[in-house]
Order: sequence, then C-alpha cells, then structure tokens
Amino acid sequence: MDWQAIRLSLWLASLTTAALLLVGLPLAYWLAFSRRRWKFLVEAVVAMPLVLPPTVLGFYLLMAMGPRSPFGRAFEGLFGHTLPFSFEGLLLASVLYSLPFMIQPLAAAFASVDKGLIEASWCLGESRLRTFRRVIAPLSWAGILTGVVLSFAHTLGEFGVVLMVGGNLPGRTRTVSIAIYDQVQAMDYAPAARTAALLLIVSFLVLTFTYALRRHQRKPWTLI
Amino acid sequence: MDAHLICDAERHFAGDLTIEARFEIPQPGFSVTVLFGPSGSGKTTALRLLAGLERADRGSIRVGGTPWSDAARSLHRPPQARDVGFLPQAYNLFPHLSVAANLGYGLASQSAPERTARIGELLQLLDLKGLEDRHPGELSGGQQQRVALGRALARKPRLLLLDEPLSALDRPSQLRLRKELRELLRALDIPTVLVTHDRGEALQLGDRLVVMDQGRVCQSGDIQQVFDRPTDPAVAAILGVETVVRGQIESIAGGMATISVGSARILAADPGSLGWQVFVCIRGEDVAVERGGGPATESTARNRLPARITGLSTEGSLTRISLDCGFPLESLVTRQACQDLGLAEGDAVCAILKAAAVHLIPHD
Repeated sequence: MDWQAIRLSLWLASLTTAALLLVGLPLAYWLAFSRRRWKFLVEAVVAMPLVLPPTVLGFYLLMAMGPRSPFGRAFEGLFGHTLPFSFEGLLLASVLYSLPFMIQPLAAAFASVDKGLIEASWCLGESRLRTFRRVIAPLSWAGILTGVVLSFAHTLGEFGVVLMVGGNLPGRTRTVSIAIYDQVQAMDYAPAARTAALLLIVSFLVLTFTYALRRHQRKPWTLI
Repeated sequence: MDAHLICDAERHFAGDLTIEARFEIPQPGFSVTVLFGPSGSGKTTALRLLAGLERADRGSIRVGGTPWSDAARSLHRPPQARDVGFLPQAYNLFPHLSVAANLGYGLASQSAPERTARIGELLQLLDLKGLEDRHPGELSGGQQQRVALGRALARKPRLLLLDEPLSALDRPSQLRLRKELRELLRALDIPTVLVTHDRGEALQLGDRLVVMDQGRVCQSGDIQQVFDRPTDPAVAAILGVETVVRGQIESIAGGMATISVGSARILAADPGSLGWQVFVCIRGEDVAVERGGGPATESTARNRLPARITGLSTEGSLTRISLDCGFPLESLVTRQACQDLGLAEGDAVCAILKAAAVHLIPHD
C-alpha cells in the first residue's frame, strides 16, 4: 500500500475540513438567517460543486491559479511558487469542491433551531455571536457533525479535481484515490485492492459512527 | 410629568396590514397593562415592538424618558439593550440546558457566586427547589411556565412582557396560577404588559386595559372604565359581557355568596375560595325584566332588583335595556317582549337574575 498517499490524503482531508468549518460556520449562518433577496444566488453558487463535473471545476481552478491570472500572479509574488500542482493549490481546490457538503448540513441545522429560542436569548441580553455559541451551535451539533464527516469523507475520496489541479506528485499531491488509479493502470491489482478496501472500511465506519450518534434525531435516514 | 412608558408605534406588514401599539403606562412600579383582543388583533406584535423583536416602521417608544425606538430618527434599540423580561407564549426554554442554567442564562456578566445566589433566589421565589438539574422536557407545563418566568425575572428587568402566560396550561392550573401570578407581580414591583384573549384573565390580572382589534387599539384606560363605558359597539362585542362591575363579597353561606355592588346586594353561587374584591360579570341575556316592583312570585331566580330604565336601544331583533339598580346593569330581551310590556325610559321595573348567571372574578 502507498502509505505516503494515505497520509497525504488524511492530512489534506483534515485541513480541508478545518478550513471549511472556519468558512462554513459564518457562511451557513448567513444563508440560514439572512433575508436578502439575492440569497438564492449565493445558495446556487455554493451548491455548484454538487452538479459540476470535477474536471470542469478543476479546469477553471487551474485557469484561475495559473500564472496568467491576477490571483495566480499575486500568490506567486507572495509565496514564491505557483499554486497548481502544489499541496496548497490542492487544499484550496478541495475546500471549494467540498463546500456544499459542509454548508448544506450546517445551514439546515441552524435554520431548524426554533427562532423563539434565539429571540429569548437576545431578550436576555446575549449578542448574536454569543447566542450562536450558547444556543444555535449546541442545538445544531448533529448538523455540524454531519458537515464535518461528509466534508472529510468527500475530500478523502476526491479524484477528478485532484487530477486536474494537483497532478500526481508523490508526497505532494498524490492522494489515495490517485494512487489506486495508478496501481490499476500498472496492472498492480493487489495493492489497489488493499487500498480500496481500506477506504471502504474507513468510510463505512465513519458513517456508521455518525448515524449511530444521530439515531435520536427526527429524520435519522438523511444526513443533509 | 410624562408617563413612564409611552408607546405609539406601528409595524407595517405585506398586504397592507398595519399593527399599531398605542398606550401608556403612567408610573414605574407595579401595574399590569393588559393587551386584550381576539386572536389576530396584533397583541403579540405590539408586545414584540416593546421587546425590540420587531422594528417600528412609524412612531416611537419611550421608557422612563429614554427613547427605545424612534422611526423618524431610525433609532432602534436592540432587544439586548432594552432590559426587558420577555415571557413568550411557547415559553421557549433552552432544551439543552438544565433548569438552573436556564434561570442563569442572562446572568453571564455576573461572577459565578453572584449567579448561583441569584439562581437560588429564583428557585425559592418560584417554588422550583429540587428541580434545578432537570431539563425542560422533564417538567410539567406549570413548572415550565415558572422557569420561563424566573428566567425573564433573573436580570431584574425594568419592564416585564408576558405573552399569554397561562394559555399553555390546563384550565384548573390557569385559575390557580392567576392569583399567584398577580401576587408575584405585585411583590416584584415591576410594570408589566400582559397579552391575553381571555376575559377572566384580563379582569383578574389587569389594572389597565388596552382593547385591540384588527391591528388597531380601540380603547385603553382603567379596566373598570373600559368595561363600564366601551367607546363603540365593536369594543363592547370584544369585551363580550354586557355588565362588568366591581363588587365586594359580604358573606358566604350555604353555597351562596352575598355581594354588595354599588348600593345593591346580589346573590351568586359560591365559587369557592375568593378574595373579598371581585368583578361581577353578567350577560345581558341572563337578565329578565318585570313590570313594577311587585312581591316575589315563586321562582328559582334568587335576585330581584328594583330598577329604573335609563335607556333603550334596538339591536336587530333584540332590545338592549340599560337599567340602574344601584349599579348599571344591561339586559338583552327580544324586541317583541319589550313592546308587549310597553317599556319606556324612566319606568320603574324589577330586574330578575339567577344567582348561577352571576360570574365572579376575584380582583384584589
């Protein structure tokens, strides 16, 4: 088995999930509670990775990160190397690609918190931020858990975007799904089977754990 | 001297719907202002305007000389800065927190010992001792109501807002808690605004009445004045009973209570434990009128009151007879019956009333 690829995938998935939590909590809060008329536009943009072929997303990301785009040039000026085919580029792509898997469970959970509880907290002198911390977040733990698990699992298994943006550099951008693909291409079925089985077991355990924790929720069969 | 609370605000909703909240509370300290009206009349919105949960589209709200809201200046104090205790209709206790944590929720700025002490006081005050570690889901309706009230009182607010505080409870608990609630509010000495659609609750808990209908304030003032002199038939219809007068229980014997009302005495069924001060409610349909002040014939009606007709007015097939029998009394009879007796203003008659038709509401 390609332990290097497995380690890289786990590291990438962890960082992606952490970054998504950081971006996702405020964005999902906004989506759940904003009354802006153009909110649906943001919702559509956030949901795009669900329907877009990964190669299309990867292609545009590659263009945006390239040395000919202002963003790509700015990054190169700041950090001394380009984004495509680097771990940082891969991380950025993963965050965008898994965005809906974090945002949707979070926004759904926040929106289902009784508005009366939020108002009760305001009337007791607590700010919006503190109300989020003391009421909304604790009551949304199932949705937050779901977002974390789905983002992590989704990043672990991504393939198309990685291939487009990250390429296949061992130790830098070769993730576990790329490693399996490589092994199959090389007719090296035995390690491919072992790696695939490992991914299968990990996915199954993570989802079992999540559903088990959520089994007292109202709609246990749906994660989003 | 301006009133303590001056509320004159409007909230506009889609579909040309406007809810207005227009009333005053004269003094700080204990008083209960009841927002009364049918459901959909805008009572809850008025309360939410006071709490700052709704933003006024027109008008202003001032409390103790401080503006809380002023649409003309785009001023809107958020609920966090209003120092109100708000008891929502559904109680909205935090389901993930214990009773003690719910009570102490608004005390985050206090030190832990101060907070614990205050929670202890509230547990004592609201008779919740022993329940501090329970969660809201494990409480009865009455216990939940007391926790919600305690949570609203924890920060010693300047204004208490109660939205149908007893409506989620069963009828016997409602009747029992009305008395307790008024005693508690008196002890707390905080001005209170209370929303209800229950006439008995309004009469028992209120000092001042604000009658609302279809988003408008129809009438407001001292509770007795509003019941005595509704400004228009719509208000009278909302209030629902024709006669509401203050009375005093003089004695209770053999299941009958003797009540002095104005210069008259009437008998009513003994309603069990009551304070000495009561509101006497009598429906116009329950009052019959006889010619002359003749001696009592054999009848089950316990009250025969000599009276003088002070007014007659026709309402559809009915005639409303206004009587003075030591207190103002309204009777509703068919127009035909009124014509047969040839009743006219100034006539001396006898008002007949079954004791069972006299409804008493305690009001200390």
